[in-house]
Amino acid sequence: MADSFSINDEMSGRRKFLVAATSVAGGIAGAAIATPFLLSMMPSERAKAAGAPVEVDISKLEPGMLLMVEWRGKVVWVLNRTPEMLESLVKVEDQLADPNSDKKQQPDYAKNRTRSIKPEFLVVEGVCTHLGCSPVFRKDVAPADLGADWLGGFFCPCHGSKFDLAGRVYKHVPAPTNLVVPPHVYLSDSRLLIGSESEGAA
Amino acid sequence: MSNLFNSMIAWIDKRFPLTSNWKAHLSEYYAPKNFNFWYFFGSLALLVLVNQLLTGIFLTMNYKPDASQAFASVEYIMRDVDYGWLIRYMHSTGASMFFVVVYLHMFRGMMYGSYRKPRELLWLIGMVIFFVLMSLAFTGYILPWGQMSYWGAQVIVSMFGAIPSIGEILQQWLLGDFTLSDAALNRFFAYHVVTLPLVLLVLVFVHILALHETGSNNPDGIEIKENKNPATGIPVDGIPFHPYYTVKDIVGVVVFLIVFCGIIFFAPEMGGYFLEYNNFIPANTLQTPDHIAPVWYFTPYYSMLRAVTVNFLGVDAKLWGVILMAGSVVIFCFLPWLDRSPVKSIRYKGPYFKVALTLFVISFFVLGWLGTKSPTPLYTLLAQIFTVIYFAFFILMPWYSKIDKTKPEPKRLKE
Repeated sequence: MADSFSINDEMSGRRKFLVAATSVAGGIAGAAIATPFLLSMMPSERAKAAGAPVEVDISKLEPGMLLMVEWRGKVVWVLNRTPEMLESLVKVEDQLADPNSDKKQQPDYAKNRTRSIKPEFLVVEGVCTHLGCSPVFRKDVAPADLGADWLGGFFCPCHGSKFDLAGRVYKHVPAPTNLVVPPHVYLSDSRLLIGSESEGAA
Repeated sequence: MSNLFNSMIAWIDKRFPLTSNWKAHLSEYYAPKNFNFWYFFGSLALLVLVNQLLTGIFLTMNYKPDASQAFASVEYIMRDVDYGWLIRYMHSTGASMFFVVVYLHMFRGMMYGSYRKPRELLWLIGMVIFFVLMSLAFTGYILPWGQMSYWGAQVIVSMFGAIPSIGEILQQWLLGDFTLSDAALNRFFAYHVVTLPLVLLVLVFVHILALHETGSNNPDGIEIKENKNPATGIPVDGIPFHPYYTVKDIVGVVVFLIVFCGIIFFAPEMGGYFLEYNNFIPANTLQTPDHIAPVWYFTPYYSMLRAVTVNFLGVDAKLWGVILMAGSVVIFCFLPWLDRSPVKSIRYKGPYFKVALTLFVISFFVLGWLGTKSPTPLYTLLAQIFTVIYFAFFILMPWYSKIDKTKPEPKRLKE
């Protein structure tokens, strides 16, 4: 370049304004064109439409037995608790992080000691509130690996979180909250509907 | 004949800077003369990158990124495609060997102070490469859609759910669904075979450009450019990269390939460390395997993730775990500014640094080992102790590297 010039001289007044205005307009256009691409990654209409409620027959579920049901791609447990299991809920309460279920991890009708509509039947999502693994149902009392205090519950093999037989989380484990109780309703003594609170939605 | 060749080169040179680049980056790129075997791992990383790209292309010819077909298509590659087993094992073994090589490459930098001025940016570019490599490994491990693919992905994606307020929507955006499903598998495939390899290639190119700007560090940690022959302008302790180091690197390649082939042909699963046994079971969305652990190269960070079991400072244990895990990787980026020692190389550093580095390596291995085990109260306690040591190496470095008793650096390279 023969005649060298200083950028500062050239970048005054009108030119400065035009450069700034063009940059702003370009930035807005960039954000605008990125929007459809980013939104295309949200759950699709098909994914949103999936997830109808699931009806379960619980007449054959014997006391102490656990039933696994798939709802919205997640596992939901239905546990028929024995009288001893229900007693254990009281005994472990001082070891729990949220024994009264104060954090909203359940519908209002399940905010009680058993976290259920019917005391014996627990309906809870089998998804650890830590990082989404499915805990293991450990109904054995005082096993070697979980210690003498263990009165039965759910143990997450991934990171060692522990829950009692109402899905309430123990203190000093990685999981922050109790297991989630999904919306559910009893259509009759033997028919349970998971994923809805009224018969009409079935 | 040589006339024809020379005139051809001359024709190209008028249109493309071929000879000048060959000289600048190979035949007249002067590297320190005292490289030891630790300097093999940069070029070996390049070799593994080429292996991953080539084998990956051939795997996509038969793989199906569909939750209902993915597992079967991998088994199809293993059983029915001619030499499919070889290509797949080259790719899966290559993934683990990539981390072996890159960890050794990083350790070399830590020993000889390669992250110090003027190579801070080179180190940072390398760290970004490491993050991309981790993303590649993660997205790749999901593709066979086995039990470990599924539950590993479940855990990693759930971490984003731990971020306050935006966590849940971010998780849905990442998954393209409300749970881990076909939508996620399909997009992780896109990241694994298109997005991330492109980004990685550009970053590797930039890494090498930055290296050739500053020149390589060396085991003595002194700058060869500060002592140039006044007549030629060439560093007196430098030798041309080609042919000296190209030939030397071939020896490294041969040794590496012996190990690499040994694993591919005799132990491709490496006792469950390279390919986990649970991943030979198709993904079951209703049941987590009794024992889940990430592949070995992620286990140190995984141990730290689950080491936090108490809430403090108003943040719950889950988020602390995620913060610690991310922090344990990101903290390497700060090394150039944490190290206040007057010398670069471990050869002239004092006992404090040597002890600290040794403790760091031990904690890395112990955390890695713990990450493969089921959590018990004792193991959790051990993980907590070694997590503290791991972070202490970095956080206390400005202090111990400054008061350490160092030896004077030489003016010229040894040997």
